[in-house]
Amino acid sequence: MIAHVSKDNKPMDCILDQSGREVILRADKISVSFSGFSVLQHLSLDLYRGEILGFVGGSGMGKSVLMRTILGLNRKQSGAITVFGRQLEKISERERKYVERRWGVLFQQGALFSSLTVRQNIQVPMREYLKLPQKLMDELAVLKVEMVGLPREAADKYPSELSGGMIKRAALARSLALDPELVFLDEPTSGLDPIGAAEFDDLIAKLRETLGLTVYMVTHDLDSLHSICDRIAVLGDRRVLVDGTLEDMMAFDHPWVQNYFCGARALKRV
Amino acid sequence: MGRNVIDNEASLMFLIDGQTGYLKAKGAWIVSHIAALESELAIQLAQRPHGEIQVDFSQIQRLDTSGAWLLLRTRAELEAQGHKVRFLQVKDTFQVLLDEVGRHHPELFKRREAKSVWLRTLESTGEVTLEVIEDIKDLTGTLGSIALNTAAVIAQPRRLRPISIAVQFQKTCMGAVPIVMLMSLLIGGIIAQQGGFYLRQFGADMFVVNLSGVLVLREIGVILTAIMVAGRSGSAFTAELGSMKMREEVDALNVIGLRITEVLVMPRIVALMLAMPLLVFLSDIAALVGAGFVCWAYLDILPNAYFSQLQAAVTVETLFIGIIKAPFMALIIGLVACVEGMKVEGSAESLGSKTTSSVVKSIFMVIFVDGVFAMFFAAIGL
Repeated sequence: MIAHVSKDNKPMDCILDQSGREVILRADKISVSFSGFSVLQHLSLDLYRGEILGFVGGSGMGKSVLMRTILGLNRKQSGAITVFGRQLEKISERERKYVERRWGVLFQQGALFSSLTVRQNIQVPMREYLKLPQKLMDELAVLKVEMVGLPREAADKYPSELSGGMIKRAALARSLALDPELVFLDEPTSGLDPIGAAEFDDLIAKLRETLGLTVYMVTHDLDSLHSICDRIAVLGDRRVLVDGTLEDMMAFDHPWVQNYFCGARALKRV
Repeated sequence: MGRNVIDNEASLMFLIDGQTGYLKAKGAWIVSHIAALESELAIQLAQRPHGEIQVDFSQIQRLDTSGAWLLLRTRAELEAQGHKVRFLQVKDTFQVLLDEVGRHHPELFKRREAKSVWLRTLESTGEVTLEVIEDIKDLTGTLGSIALNTAAVIAQPRRLRPISIAVQFQKTCMGAVPIVMLMSLLIGGIIAQQGGFYLRQFGADMFVVNLSGVLVLREIGVILTAIMVAGRSGSAFTAELGSMKMREEVDALNVIGLRITEVLVMPRIVALMLAMPLLVFLSDIAALVGAGFVCWAYLDILPNAYFSQLQAAVTVETLFIGIIKAPFMALIIGLVACVEGMKVEGSAESLGSKTTSSVVKSIFMVIFVDGVFAMFFAAIGL
């Protein structure tokens, strides 16, 4: 199955940039427009293995559009997306499945299947891709439920019986069902109270440490950017304006970026 | 003991030296190989020595939660049987994962036990019975709140919400006219043709007109229209109210101080009660026209003869017997649809099942009520 694993079992399906860092995802000159209205133009972005990238931008600037374009849920007019060393536009159906198996997505509203319990939700990818004994699937599902900080009783509950924070955690558990290498999180802490949001941040940091995840996180939460993101990219003017650490952001001369990172709300925290 | 290759990427080897067992895990212990590794591990460990078992991690290249869980579970099982188990040469990154996974005990999770078939049958019978009782309560409750609301409207006519009623009327009546008329035209034709086929054998061609006239005006027109409206508007009501309930819009209305009956239920039911008699009348006309065409083409009854025979066969009373039933049918369809809509819970599945049961229940109720009317009219000699 996994033909792209080399002898020493390090996945060699990565491209390297000039400095030799492994690029797990590369968006190259992406242009997206909807009915003539251009949302993204020649946008380029690299995501390195093992990092947590925080992606910020104003509302309606196309953060979610970029994420959906990378995931193949939106059409793009031009550009190339390379994930795990494969250019998504050129790969076969089988390879596409293989890529989809290695990434996990947490949608903003959780997008749990409402007619399945949390446990069944987590088992959907396992059933789809693997043939596992039911007992092992149950154990793994409950393990994931507990790892994201839910009580095990939550495993047999339906999404409508969960609170907003629990839905986010359950959706994270589903995105981790197959132990992906790359997870996309769309505003994971929005709608959570500050304590819940901080716990969620810690959880993501802990999962990165234990599972070796690479995280692409669309967020507005300055606390998340501050506490767990290794690198921040700012979307504006239909492209990535700047990427780097929080210090780089504060030094960058652009009205929106200045306002965002050096505004009253931001400075209270730094 | 030899090397047991699961596939190219993951394998395990179990060696026995005296009383000590050595388990060498190799390759990628990840979720895609875990089923094969689990069964192979069980086979290999079946013939284990009594003493210590050492697990060598040095050749594991990748480990994920499932691999870590399998190894930890195996260790726990072996230790429970009195073995001493040691993990050797565990990389730091793997140790972090093992520690994290080791903090949880998913094997203690119990699935809810499946009940026996008999018990389930009894249980579901009981549940259905209770549901029917609940349904009756809900229907009478909603009917009561409509009555209250009607009283309020009489006192304060502004609360009738004429615009909502007009919008609903547009959707339920105007939208339904073409399909109801087309369907009735065809059914009228079919009744005339089927009747004519048999009556011609007795030379009673002319009575086809009586047959279709009475049947269409008294029963078919209203029943068919009611079924079409239940499928068209009843399902739409349930889905609209249901999705409003799912998105907490119903709760928002309640909190703002608006009454659901007044804002959502009443305009729909009133519009439907106004629309149904009209639709039934149009359906009657279309069916009679359809029957007329077939009589002309198939039985050589000219339109002139058809109309004079029809005038002899049916009276205005016959027409009204059909149309008088229409508002009652509308009330039942609207009530059932709104009550089912309010029963929708969080899941998409429940929206689907409530919409289905709304249509099924209202069609059943329509036919049941039609039967009650038939008995009533027979009793008063109409």
